[in-house]
Amino acid sequence: MSAMAYHRPSSLAEAAKLAAGDPDARILAGGQSILPSMKLGLLAPSAFIDLAALGELRGIRADRKSVTVGAMTTHAAVAASPEVMAAIPSLAKLAAGIGDPQVRNRGTIGGSLANSDPAADYPAAVLALNATIRTNRRALPADGFFKGLFETALAPGEIITAVEFPVPNTASYVKFPQPASRFALVGVFVAQTSTGVRVAVTGAGPCAFRVKVLEDALARRYAPQACEGISLPSGDLNTDIHASAEYRAHLIPVLAQRALA
Amino acid sequence: MNAARAPLIGRSVERKEDHRFLTGVGQYTDDIVLPGQSYGFFLRSPHAHARIRSIDAGAARGAPGVLAIFTGEDLAGIGGLPCGWLIKSVDGTPMKEPKHPVLAEGKVRHVGEQVALVVAESAAQAKAAAALIEVDYEILPAVVETAAAAASGTAVHDLAADNVCYTWSIGDEGAVTAAFARAAHVTTLRLVNNRLIPNALEPRAANAAHSPGDDSYTLYVTSQNPHVERLLMTAFVLGIPEHKMRVVAPDVGGGFGSKIYLYAEETALVWASKRVGRPIKWTAERSESFLTDAHGRDHVSTAELALDAQGHFLALRVHTTANMGAYLSTFASCIPTILYATLLAGQYATPHIYCTVQAVFTNTTPVDAYRGAGRPEATYLLERIVERAARELRIDPVELRRRNFIRKFPHATPVGLTYDTGDYDATLSRVIDLADVAGYAARKQASAAKGLLRGLGYSCYIEACGLAPSNIAGALGARAGLFEAAEVRVHPTGKVTVFTGSHSHGQGHETTFAQVVADRLGLSLEDVDIQHGDTGKVLFGMGTYGSRSLAVGGSAIVKALDKIISKGKKIAAHLLEASDADVEFEHGEFRIAGTDRKKAFAEIALAAYVPHNYPLGTLEPGLNENAFYDPTNFTYPAGSYVCEVEVDPLTGKVRVDRFSASDDFGNVINPMIVEGQVQGGIAQGIGQALLEGCRYNEDGQLLTGSFTDYALPRADDMPALAIELAPGTPCTHNPLGAKGCGEAGAIGTPPAVINAVLDALAPLGVTDIDMPATPHRVWEAIRRHAR
Repeated sequence: MSAMAYHRPSSLAEAAKLAAGDPDARILAGGQSILPSMKLGLLAPSAFIDLAALGELRGIRADRKSVTVGAMTTHAAVAASPEVMAAIPSLAKLAAGIGDPQVRNRGTIGGSLANSDPAADYPAAVLALNATIRTNRRALPADGFFKGLFETALAPGEIITAVEFPVPNTASYVKFPQPASRFALVGVFVAQTSTGVRVAVTGAGPCAFRVKVLEDALARRYAPQACEGISLPSGDLNTDIHASAEYRAHLIPVLAQRALA
Repeated sequence: MNAARAPLIGRSVERKEDHRFLTGVGQYTDDIVLPGQSYGFFLRSPHAHARIRSIDAGAARGAPGVLAIFTGEDLAGIGGLPCGWLIKSVDGTPMKEPKHPVLAEGKVRHVGEQVALVVAESAAQAKAAAALIEVDYEILPAVVETAAAAASGTAVHDLAADNVCYTWSIGDEGAVTAAFARAAHVTTLRLVNNRLIPNALEPRAANAAHSPGDDSYTLYVTSQNPHVERLLMTAFVLGIPEHKMRVVAPDVGGGFGSKIYLYAEETALVWASKRVGRPIKWTAERSESFLTDAHGRDHVSTAELALDAQGHFLALRVHTTANMGAYLSTFASCIPTILYATLLAGQYATPHIYCTVQAVFTNTTPVDAYRGAGRPEATYLLERIVERAARELRIDPVELRRRNFIRKFPHATPVGLTYDTGDYDATLSRVIDLADVAGYAARKQASAAKGLLRGLGYSCYIEACGLAPSNIAGALGARAGLFEAAEVRVHPTGKVTVFTGSHSHGQGHETTFAQVVADRLGLSLEDVDIQHGDTGKVLFGMGTYGSRSLAVGGSAIVKALDKIISKGKKIAAHLLEASDADVEFEHGEFRIAGTDRKKAFAEIALAAYVPHNYPLGTLEPGLNENAFYDPTNFTYPAGSYVCEVEVDPLTGKVRVDRFSASDDFGNVINPMIVEGQVQGGIAQGIGQALLEGCRYNEDGQLLTGSFTDYALPRADDMPALAIELAPGTPCTHNPLGAKGCGEAGAIGTPPAVINAVLDALAPLGVTDIDMPATPHRVWEAIRRHAR
């Protein structure tokens, strides 16, 4: 590892200023993706801008309509939150299934979303629940946030501050793990929201995406049987040593069905 | 002393060594820091096959903290890493043995091959400097696929143009051909035994120091056999006088075979330690472990089983291609031959067997013994084809096995072994009870109600352990003896230190051996210490592998104990003024037969070291004995396993629901430790069957180079295990009656799991699947048949 600078700003404004001043700097949240990448020699940022001192980015607020999770809130905190468990139990369950205890106690929701790992769990929840991603500059809708492999709608230096999840009527997440890493080989989040049924998939493509065919079918009948017989094209899906695109395409309706069971 | 205390042998006493492991005071190689310590880092090849045009280390030499940089040119004068077993081809020619250089010379032949050694003040500085070394590679086509290696058209080594290391055979081909001609049924099978990456918890490490005062070396290294390491390195590679080198294998965190071998890294460190004048330490990163620890298995085989109309096996014919990797690792050549084809009789009285083995070089990491070593490959092939034959002939698989079991012992197989004892009906019957096979139909129905397919699979394994009778091994090509050595040192107070040539890297020898010694001498467990792993302390040793430690190393200890008792009787006879022949030894007391005149063991020990009243004219003082034990035969542990799985037909996910094992290890010293060995072996077997598969791409890049892509079994992949140690048939030819238990689980498990998966999938028409049976692979098999 080569020498690099380390900043620990005490305000969001200072963090933004530091980020604007150094395009090769990386914002450090929980570090659960960036540190392993650096250890493997895949990344060598010029500096870290560590958000750890920004207490206002941490914490969970909930009312009857929505749950707002601060960007620096750990997966473990979401998993253990009585507010989340009461309002959106599937979100708490999803958080409890991310990585391992070490990852869950360091990794954050903001870091996960900004990274947009193709197999991360949170993007599926954000898309399916129609969440709003708040940053230091604006509010971004979930649709359109995930642009591609490790690519989001965030502008350079833009910092996620919180994620607001509208409380759905009902929602469920099922993850089929890749056997080695136990990341989602395919993960499907199904939600019945105030704006309709939303089905989001992670692990299967370059980034999380919605599946209209399933949403339409479930809008007609919100039941496991509605997913039967639906077959999805595999063209844009991932193929790797663990699964072919065809297998991933096959798993999506199967897991959607199980999410509803 | 303990006049009638209950024997320790057969009791699950807690492991003596666990206190230091659990309290964090174990001493592993990486824990050792020597005065003046420096650190090594190996620059490794990023290519599977390339010519090295030039190496420019100029910038690296000037990097901060760098003490020295060495490349293959610096070491060109020293020997290559040797292979310990000579296999001859069918035509009588010796196997091809290309040089296995300590640092690459002229070419690299697998990704991860060591190209340069950088020595620096810190490990980080050595690693940073290595990044500045510029190697100009001319990339060559890579040979990767086992089955295609011989026809690839690219040679890994010039002296093996067709990449064939040897073509070897065993058995009577004519008799097999004749038997097939009269067969009522022939079952055929093609299968792959998947390549595995060992992944011991502790990565390999070494720390080498040169002492200029007497021109001697000390090497701390993660080894399963420090004496063998020393012999090979000094006599065959570096030319250092053997007595000028001490090898210490301190606490070692798992081996599974991968730490048997003499590796390039420690050899380079020893050589460089004199040049640098500082001790040099290297500890593998996990990525290096994936790339450079010798891999296991990697066979492609075709098998044919001939049966008569009643389902009796007439003959078995097998052809196997075995991947050696880029170079011959220390015991690579004997794994797919001597430790594989000789086991193809299994538990069956098959009268004729013929097997040919073609070993090939490829541009992949060297392949050598991994837990079971050849025997899992034989068992997997045999138990798969037996199960397939049963299905084809519509004979119950248990019945087909029973129809063919060996029941008379000793039994000479057609592939060179003579089984001394066993009771295969007993372990099979026992496991059927343990597994509640009677309740299977109901469980299958319950699974079906949930939309799941349940399957049940059997495996009846045998292994040849207790390696090995040196004369037989020598006739088969071994270049070393395979005895074991022990020293029993009785101290003046009657306490005992035992030095064994076996090495414990998880097996619990410090407890098991102490139980044996304490019982024989009538001492308590606390009075006995077991020392191992240091050529400076232990007289000699062949080390630990092949489930040999108790059967061979333990027997050597017993032999030394017999000498101690014999000498003690002479001392007691003198003190008690009796004849040697009248002295008996029992429960720690030497007693004149039929009288109450006796001396405690400690009194005799004291007399031996304070020989004031002692037969100095006829007997030496002291109570210290050495023994070497060379077995007269292999041992033959055997058992039966039953696996029950549930397959989710929509996702292809296999869940092992129940697993039962009945093992005959002969006499068992510590059932808890033995059961732990079986558990670990079953976990590795389930890993091979369902999860673990080493994959290279066509360029020879390792695709499964980390735990992100290489799936080891985890706790939740394991079912609750029902393990029962059978009353057993004691080994007939060693003094403990012990057969060995370390590899059984890894040997017996994979076919039980795959047979269960195929049983579950049978209603869908699936008849074959290769390991690992991942969800994706199972789903594809289902889909192929659904079309």
